[in-house]
Amino acid sequence: MTLMGCSRRSLLIGAGAAVLATPALAQRAWEPTRPVQFIVPAGTGGGADQMARVIQGIVSKHKLMRQPMVVVNKAGGAGAEGFLEAKGARGNPHMIVITLSNLFTTPLATGVPFSWGDLTPVAMLALDEFVLWVNAESPWKTAQEFIAAAKQERLKLGGTGSKQEDQIIGVAMAKATGANLTYVPFRGGGEVAVQLVGRHIDASVNNPIEAVTHWRSGALRPLCVFDGQRLAGTEKITETASWSDIPTAKESGMDVEYLMLRGIFMPAGVQPAQLAFYEDLLGKVRETQEWRELMQQGAFNTTSLTGEAFRAWLTREEARHRGLMQEAGFVA
Amino acid sequence: MSMERGLRTGAVEIGTSLAFALAGAAAIWDSRRIGAGWGAEGPQSGTFPFWIGLFLVAASIGTLVQAVRAREESGLFVTWDQLRLVASVLVPTTIFVAAIPITGIYLASAALVAWFMHRLGGFGWGRSVAAGLATALVTFLVFEIWFLVALPKGPIETALGY
Amino acid sequence: MEEFGLLMQGFAVALEPQNMLLMLVGVVLGVLIGVLPGLGGANGIAILLPLTFAMPPVSAIIMLSCIYWGALFGGAITSILFNIPGEPWSVATTFDGYPMAQQGKAAEALTAAFTSSFVGAFVAIVMITFIAPVIAGFALRFGPPEFFAVMFLSFASFVGMSKGPALKTVCAMMLGFLLAAVGMDTVTGQLRMTFGSTEMIRGFDFLVAVIGLFGISEILCSIEDGLRFKGQRAKIDLKVVLRVWASLPRHWLLAMRSALIGCWMGITPAGATPASFMSYGVARRMSKNGASFGKGRIEGVIAPETAAHAAGTSALLPMLTLGVPGSPTAAVLLGGLIMWGLQPGPMLFTEQKDFVWGLIASMYLGNIAGLLVVLVAVPWFAAILRVPFSIIAAIILVVCAIGAFTVSNAEFDITLMLIFGVIGYVLKKLDYPLAPLVLALVLGDRTEEAFRQSLLISEGSLGVFFSNWLVSTIMAAGFALLLWPLISWLRGLLPGLPARRVRPA
Repeated sequence: MTLMGCSRRSLLIGAGAAVLATPALAQRAWEPTRPVQFIVPAGTGGGADQMARVIQGIVSKHKLMRQPMVVVNKAGGAGAEGFLEAKGARGNPHMIVITLSNLFTTPLATGVPFSWGDLTPVAMLALDEFVLWVNAESPWKTAQEFIAAAKQERLKLGGTGSKQEDQIIGVAMAKATGANLTYVPFRGGGEVAVQLVGRHIDASVNNPIEAVTHWRSGALRPLCVFDGQRLAGTEKITETASWSDIPTAKESGMDVEYLMLRGIFMPAGVQPAQLAFYEDLLGKVRETQEWRELMQQGAFNTTSLTGEAFRAWLTREEARHRGLMQEAGFVA
Repeated sequence: MSMERGLRTGAVEIGTSLAFALAGAAAIWDSRRIGAGWGAEGPQSGTFPFWIGLFLVAASIGTLVQAVRAREESGLFVTWDQLRLVASVLVPTTIFVAAIPITGIYLASAALVAWFMHRLGGFGWGRSVAAGLATALVTFLVFEIWFLVALPKGPIETALGY
Repeated sequence: MEEFGLLMQGFAVALEPQNMLLMLVGVVLGVLIGVLPGLGGANGIAILLPLTFAMPPVSAIIMLSCIYWGALFGGAITSILFNIPGEPWSVATTFDGYPMAQQGKAAEALTAAFTSSFVGAFVAIVMITFIAPVIAGFALRFGPPEFFAVMFLSFASFVGMSKGPALKTVCAMMLGFLLAAVGMDTVTGQLRMTFGSTEMIRGFDFLVAVIGLFGISEILCSIEDGLRFKGQRAKIDLKVVLRVWASLPRHWLLAMRSALIGCWMGITPAGATPASFMSYGVARRMSKNGASFGKGRIEGVIAPETAAHAAGTSALLPMLTLGVPGSPTAAVLLGGLIMWGLQPGPMLFTEQKDFVWGLIASMYLGNIAGLLVVLVAVPWFAAILRVPFSIIAAIILVVCAIGAFTVSNAEFDITLMLIFGVIGYVLKKLDYPLAPLVLALVLGDRTEEAFRQSLLISEGSLGVFFSNWLVSTIMAAGFALLLWPLISWLRGLLPGLPARRVRPA
């Protein structure tokens, strides 16, 4: 028994030495020396979680990194838990975080002491679109008709979570047009879409990927997209329509624009070489077929930024969110 | 009196109902802060915790009254001998839990298994320590290597590159 | 019968040697995941999902659904042997399963649990095979008011059957509700009862509490009588399986009722956990020997296990047809489908027939494979009780700590688990019932949420809970169950009418 323990220990020490030696051999570029924790500040099954797991799958399938990538969900307090963990891991190069709009909204709504400045921005992977959906059996064929109806009677808008992106859009819509919308929060985007199919709510602002299958089956109808320009996809999703046929909110006479960040961050205080590794890694991920398929399926806005441009974008967005949240009275 | 032989049920009963009442009171206090009324569109955030806290306080006061009345005839909650046995498990477990943030879960687990086998099972130190290390190693392989679940790790694992 | 042909084709695919092997691997991995508390089906599948990306979708889904079966089966093992529910839906299994193990009938309890799991899942698969589209439409009728009504029914079927003193039952239940409310209020996004602590933002996870309240406290209680577990001298061999099987047909009505409850709860989608509680509650209500439940009755194992598995299986249906997962595990599977380029939702059944029927075929086969694997292993599982206490207790504590940690990757949860262990020990000894506490903790926040969503939709009118036949029927059934003890008691007062004595809660 003791002998076995001994040999095992020396084996382990050997392995440790080998791992320690690796960076010395490859002086040029930094590489992770331990498994990388990929923190998802949202629950399993949601949009951010799906994207994180796709990235994990791509990285392991194409062997883009020698060390494994481990996805860890820290959803508590609308993601506050995950962000605080990353904030506390200053200087740790083996941790990355995927973020959604709760990067801006959670600290404002809950008062949890945290901002994106506590992290190192790595890259913006994509922007998620929001589309105004109604049930296909409803009489509203355009956003104008929907808004006109919402001025007559109070309509129910379903969305994910409270004081987050969906509700912000709802409030912005109401402010811009004077429509009467009651916001009903649910736990996840898929649930919201089904509630709309079952006509328990009147409208939703689901992301494309959450509602596309119901659109194709003829249960839901898109009215407008909350982006400055129309969506890119031109191939037919239903028999008659493609993503690019959906008018923008502005075309529909509603000046509301909202896109959700899907970006990757690292803890603060990491070295430039470490940051460069992940920028490069994510660049490779974006070039894979699997990634392109995901982008296409979800009709994502594939804008991607790194470095200073990303920082400038974040600064702008944070200020915009503060304004939006303050106007809506969501600031704690 | 046989008081020395153990902890009396009455005392524990009273303590527990007071703790319940305290929890209820805390809930009521916090709910008042965030609004415990019935808003235009249904109950506010604090409404449910408020009423639940109220029920809890009421029920625990009821239990408290019963406990105080029955205090004299209450038996033993636990004898000192039994408490010693419970402590022989609870104390090492508490140390184990407290040690996890410092040493990581693997080393702490090895120590806990070895300690239990040696102290409670009468196994020799050699076998106990071997079994402890084996447990830690199996756990490490299962979680860290195969399932890729990152468990709390300490300085030793860090030195080994994990 | 185009479907039948497709199903047979699915069987042919699933029976390819390579896929059979994956099935076996999946079941074994699943059992392992189910046994380790905290590392639940959802976590397990999430972790293993990336491994399957390199496989063809049919093989991948076969393996993943077998992991799902394995986890469903595995959850019962620790519940019965150590009173530690490996999964939320096996909590109700501990109520009678653990007392059975203490009486030396661990093997019987395990066999009954596995077999009824199989039956429950089988009924659900048959239902999925033949009437999937009808049922998917039914699921659409469930909005927040209906969801609240279902939750109300779960509570109603359980309330009034607690064995503890009335005031203490109220205390325990209210504590459960309070614990469930800690953290972020999903309706308004406000933080409740966190008292400024960042650790409390996460709230109290049900599994962390249950591992402590049930598992740790049980270890503390059992060592008072010496350093050993009860029931370790059970006679164990494979004949037990046959003996239990011979006695099972008697309970067919119970099994069918539980399976129906399970299917219904799985589709709505309220999920497996309330299904197991409701089924246990109803079984106890309907039984002539209701009072002896909780002391080691085999019906108390059959009912929750059948329902939990019927629910766990039928939860896959709304996922496939609507794209809405009926359980967290299904949610992760959903992510997998998208990764393989399949879009779950209404179009899946028409556009991806091969895949759907391959999946259904693999459900049949995986379930059978799972049953065989776990039944053969029954003697081994039961033999764990013979390992000296000093070894097994430490290992259980380690596994519990890992379980508590993995639920949300928080070290603080391990401390919480220990605190809950001590609380559970004290409450148990003082005759506070733990079942109402756990029920309130697991269903409390979802119930409140559904209630408040309903009122948002109805603009504050309580009439929404009686606004259509579906929700009214469920609510009425709930009230009937709630008032049942009162009704029986009143009937007992009338002279000449023989009525069963039911103790009001």
